[in-house]
Amino acid sequence: MVAAALAEIATHPAAGAALDIEQVSHAFDIDGAELPVLSDVSISVEPGEFVALLGPSGCGKSTLLRLVAGLDKPKAGRLREDEERIRSPHPSRVVVFQDPTLFPWRSVWDNVALGLEAQGILRSQRHRVDAALDLVGLSSFRKAYPHQLSGGMAQRVALARALVNDPKILILDEPLGKLDSLTRITMQAELVSLWQRKGFTTLLVTHDAEEALVLANRVIVFSDRPARVKADIRVDRPYPRHRGDPYLADLRRQILGLLGLDATW
Amino acid sequence: MSTYSLSDGLASGAPRLSRAPLLAIWIRDSGVGVLASIAWIAFGLSCLWWEDVGDWSRTHSLGIAAFVIAAIALFGTVGVDYLGAAGQALHKRAPWLVALGAFLTVWEVATAKFAWLPLPFFPPPQAIIEVYTDDLPKLLDSVFASVKLQLGGYLIGATIGFLTGISIGWSRAVGYWVHPVLRFIGPLPATAWLPIAFFTFPSSWSASTFLIALATGFPVTVLTWSGVASVTNAYYDVARTLGARPSFLVLKVAIPAALPHVFVGLFMGLGASFAVLVVAEMIGVKAGLGWYLQWAQGWAAYANMYAALIVMSLLCSGAITLLFSIRERLLVWQKGTVKW
Ligand SMILES: Nc1ncnc2c1ncn2[C@@H]1O[C@H](COP(=O)(O)OP(=O)(O)OP(=O)(O)O)[C@@H](O)[C@H]1O
Ligand SMILES: [Mg+2]
Repeated sequence: MVAAALAEIATHPAAGAALDIEQVSHAFDIDGAELPVLSDVSISVEPGEFVALLGPSGCGKSTLLRLVAGLDKPKAGRLREDEERIRSPHPSRVVVFQDPTLFPWRSVWDNVALGLEAQGILRSQRHRVDAALDLVGLSSFRKAYPHQLSGGMAQRVALARALVNDPKILILDEPLGKLDSLTRITMQAELVSLWQRKGFTTLLVTHDAEEALVLANRVIVFSDRPARVKADIRVDRPYPRHRGDPYLADLRRQILGLLGLDATW
Repeated sequence: MSTYSLSDGLASGAPRLSRAPLLAIWIRDSGVGVLASIAWIAFGLSCLWWEDVGDWSRTHSLGIAAFVIAAIALFGTVGVDYLGAAGQALHKRAPWLVALGAFLTVWEVATAKFAWLPLPFFPPPQAIIEVYTDDLPKLLDSVFASVKLQLGGYLIGATIGFLTGISIGWSRAVGYWVHPVLRFIGPLPATAWLPIAFFTFPSSWSASTFLIALATGFPVTVLTWSGVASVTNAYYDVARTLGARPSFLVLKVAIPAALPHVFVGLFMGLGASFAVLVVAEMIGVKAGLGWYLQWAQGWAAYANMYAALIVMSLLCSGAITLLFSIRERLLVWQKGTVKW
């Protein structure tokens, strides 16, 4: 069923886009005082790369994702998607936010259909909504309202709502954070296979170094706020990866060290 | 009901099944229904037993009607198993039937029979029934006039209020200009405009429509506005990253998210507009239930006043019930909505 759903979504191959984050700095005004959040961040992402962003809580990861999405403008620096300046949101860059933020007045199906409806193509593309719901295993909840879902289910709906749009860059802000460990592992595998089939560029924020290493082919570690790029690590391992892989365990120890945990971990 | 109680009794120990618990169960389940029947028989008897102290033509029919209701209550209670939903509905309302029968009995005795309450001011039930049968055409005309005026004014006020609220909540420029006007004019009771309105408008009907619309529009505007203003930015962010245009943000995000607030405004506006309707009809419009009340007072026709008041309260309550059922339909997605 999942394979069929994948095939369904993948009928319109949209290769990934390149993403250039050039010397981006950002700050917020809190009560007149300036709170620097990003400091001279430069990351160049190849089309189709899977990049994981790791960093201490509150360092500015979500802020960076908002800039990439085009929801906010950076105080300094430039962001480009395929050489084109990012000035406003565009459905080619879809975000799965840290909170699922489903619309409570819409059923699950209508929530997933949101993007297609907003772009005015829902009428001819209804099957894509069904396929995306199949993919996250929530077909039987299509008529439920968000308040009838568990936290993990809501997060899966949010994922389906993003995937249905065939993004060129998929931006994920701890999308699997609320899932139980079993569903989480399944969804990780699902995500990898989806990414491999469709080739979109992926930007994934996570707190979990292991998750980053199982999923991404590049892990970027940020410093404390204001976030700077502390390390940019290539993960050259074929998929599917195994959690017990000594190479990954070694990288994990290295990353946890960068995040300030000592080597006994 | 009795099948349920029987199995209940069996479960609690078949050998001990004697007459006494069965009777107790029967009294528990049917006692109130029987009591309701007795209360209405008492009301019927109170109508027919003594002579009226005044001259009312419907006393006899009212007594018969009371007996009919008593019979329905009794048969409904005994045959509750065979009546399905209707039987259940009756069973649920039996305590109210008891209270109503008792109240009517006391009322009948205290007014028509012994005149314990001063007479012209406290007419007996049959006098009110008489109004409904004999003065029906005029009463219906008044109901029709009131409903027409109320409906027109309310719909205009609610529509304008809704659109204004959305615009203020959405556009800074509109807010800049409309907000001060709203603050200055809104809190003024709409009835304060009455004298001016009846001067300046071409007809008393248009003046009243304006006033009702004004009374409705203010709360609807303010609550729609606050509803739009309180929509979390996260919803807009989600919609924008999915490619939503501004029109989509207004129609598919701001409005549905604000709808619970809008209904509070519509509810408050309804209450405010009822008050204006009655005052406007009493003072300016020569039609409607308010005018009927005024007219009845002029003739010291107290029974007519009570009759009109009862109709009025049924209409107002009906309007609010209608509003709540629309709300229930549109806001199914909300958990824990209040049942009216
Ligand atoms: N809209 C805002 N206005 C003011 N300050 C903000 C705003 N959004 C974020 N911040 C501040 O910016 C900093 C970084 O926030 P951000 O949400 O990017 O952190 P994060 O790295 O995603 O953290 P977490 O891993 O806990 O989600 C925080 O200190 C926060 O207080
Ligand atoms: Mg965050």
